[in-house]
Amino acid sequence: MWFRRSTSTSLSRKRPDTPMKKIKGCFPVLKRQGHGGKKEWAGILFILPSFIGTGIFVLIPFADVVRRSFTESISGKWSGLENYRAVFATPAFRLAASNTARFTAVCIPLLIMLSLLLAIFLQRQGKAGSLLKSAFLVPMAIPVASVVLLWRVLFDNQGILNGMLQRLGMAGSDWMNGGTAFWVLVFSYIWRNLGYDVVLWMAGLSGISESIYEAARVDGAGEWKCFWKITLPNLLPSMFTIAVLSLLNSFKVFREAYLVAGDYPDESMYMLQHLLSNWFRELSMDKMAAASVINGLVIFVLILLLKKAWEKEG
Amino acid sequence: MRKSKKIIHFIIISFLGILGFTACYPVLFLLTGSLMGAVELTDRLGPALGGAGGYVSWRLLPVYPTLKAYVNLLIDSPEFFVMFWNSIKLTGAILAGQLLVGVPAAWGFAKFRFPFKKALFMVYILLMMMPFQVMMLSNYLVLDKLHLIDTHLGIILPAVFSTFPVFIMYRFFESVPDAVIESARIDGAGNFQIFFYLGIPLGSAGIISAMVLGFLEYWNLIEQPLTFLKTKSLWPLSLFLPNIGLNEAGIAFTTSVVVLLPAMLVFLAGQDYLEQGIVAAAVKE
Repeated sequence: MWFRRSTSTSLSRKRPDTPMKKIKGCFPVLKRQGHGGKKEWAGILFILPSFIGTGIFVLIPFADVVRRSFTESISGKWSGLENYRAVFATPAFRLAASNTARFTAVCIPLLIMLSLLLAIFLQRQGKAGSLLKSAFLVPMAIPVASVVLLWRVLFDNQGILNGMLQRLGMAGSDWMNGGTAFWVLVFSYIWRNLGYDVVLWMAGLSGISESIYEAARVDGAGEWKCFWKITLPNLLPSMFTIAVLSLLNSFKVFREAYLVAGDYPDESMYMLQHLLSNWFRELSMDKMAAASVINGLVIFVLILLLKKAWEKEG
Repeated sequence: MRKSKKIIHFIIISFLGILGFTACYPVLFLLTGSLMGAVELTDRLGPALGGAGGYVSWRLLPVYPTLKAYVNLLIDSPEFFVMFWNSIKLTGAILAGQLLVGVPAAWGFAKFRFPFKKALFMVYILLMMMPFQVMMLSNYLVLDKLHLIDTHLGIILPAVFSTFPVFIMYRFFESVPDAVIESARIDGAGNFQIFFYLGIPLGSAGIISAMVLGFLEYWNLIEQPLTFLKTKSLWPLSLFLPNIGLNEAGIAFTTSVVVLLPAMLVFLAGQDYLEQGIVAAAVKE
């Protein structure tokens, strides 16, 4: 039943708009008074504590990092783009960047398609569907530290997976050492984030009015046609948002990678996060500063794209 | 026709059921392992520990269930209690701080108009999406300056000013109807009264959503303590586990279960809010 409730809240949060607008229209004077001159500044008071903290702990130090990315770490002399050149010249950086790009290119489409498929099925199952949705959300709550044990036992050379494969007459492999380590990471990401994306898709699906489907069915449209002509076009705006959120969640896969395989895992799963942690430990401040700025910029561009998507939706 | 449809439906449901069970299997795996005796564990895990030949063979349920591992953990490992307490302290302090700072900020963003608000909010969104590794160096610089390296405060303070909860709560406060606020204002309520008596109760779902998401995040804290806490007695439980080798499997399993338990409880109690929080981040109204 809670499933019904959660969908109705997403609807009811949409609904107040219409009657409210009417009321607003009736009392134009009140509205102006509420947002009039002096009172506006009270908003800043509410935000001030948070803003000061953010300034001290994030904004000012990050500005310092940007400055450092253009200077030599020891002498503090201006070095222009030297640090950036050094970062791109490091083979480890190129390896990590290409691994991260490859991971993203494989994971995001896979996760999005799987979760959409699941969401469409679950949407129709009523009570069983909501129960299953909870089951897929559970991994989100399982602490990384708790899973590490299972991953080790599962993917060990003499672990459960290889044991099962052998019983089926297939050859196993040393999953964590070699190219397969990358796929273990992909699996781990999908497992943890499937429920998250299913919830997002289901919210999108519940926004499509049933009457459109009914009208289409009356006109003789089959399941496939309904999916291609109604479901997919209606979900397209959410698709982009979901893609970006999935991408941002993909950075967190480092926790599993790190706890399972340590600082220097198999080459195939050496990510940018590994590289940055290692540079940090080696105290290569100038390279690290430049790499932070590059990473931050890439994410900044992605978020601008997300913002555009939001504005299109709204 | 009807019958074949029913069969297809049954196949789909059972397939999804198996998939869902697989997704949740780690929970069962850890429970089973924690209830196994030391002999059974070594016997089963032998191949992965090195030494024994063959493969790890697991069972759905232990053959000789025992609570001995839990007793061992509770009696023989004082460091476990220290770390458990550290976890609670860190998570609790972070969430309390986020409430104190984040709730008013979210209200301010949602219900007031002032210069540069849009730009400032954009900065908040940007910051909430940066992964830890991008902010690691700047975090280190400021903590070093304030002499907060290797203290709990050095973990707590940056997290308190995380902008993610502000964003989630903002989404919920936004939907508090303006008309309600206007009528309260006409009745003579001040800004703070409106915030306490209208904003907080009407936005409570958003506050709880942010707290549930926050709990799952901070109970799972790994990178920050690993980077900024050198003293092991300050570490949270999430760092205790990776340090236990498989040769101490008994303790590893029971600790895993203990780490899992609070997260599971919060998940079960707050699933509604968790889902609302997830959707709030994606759907713009």
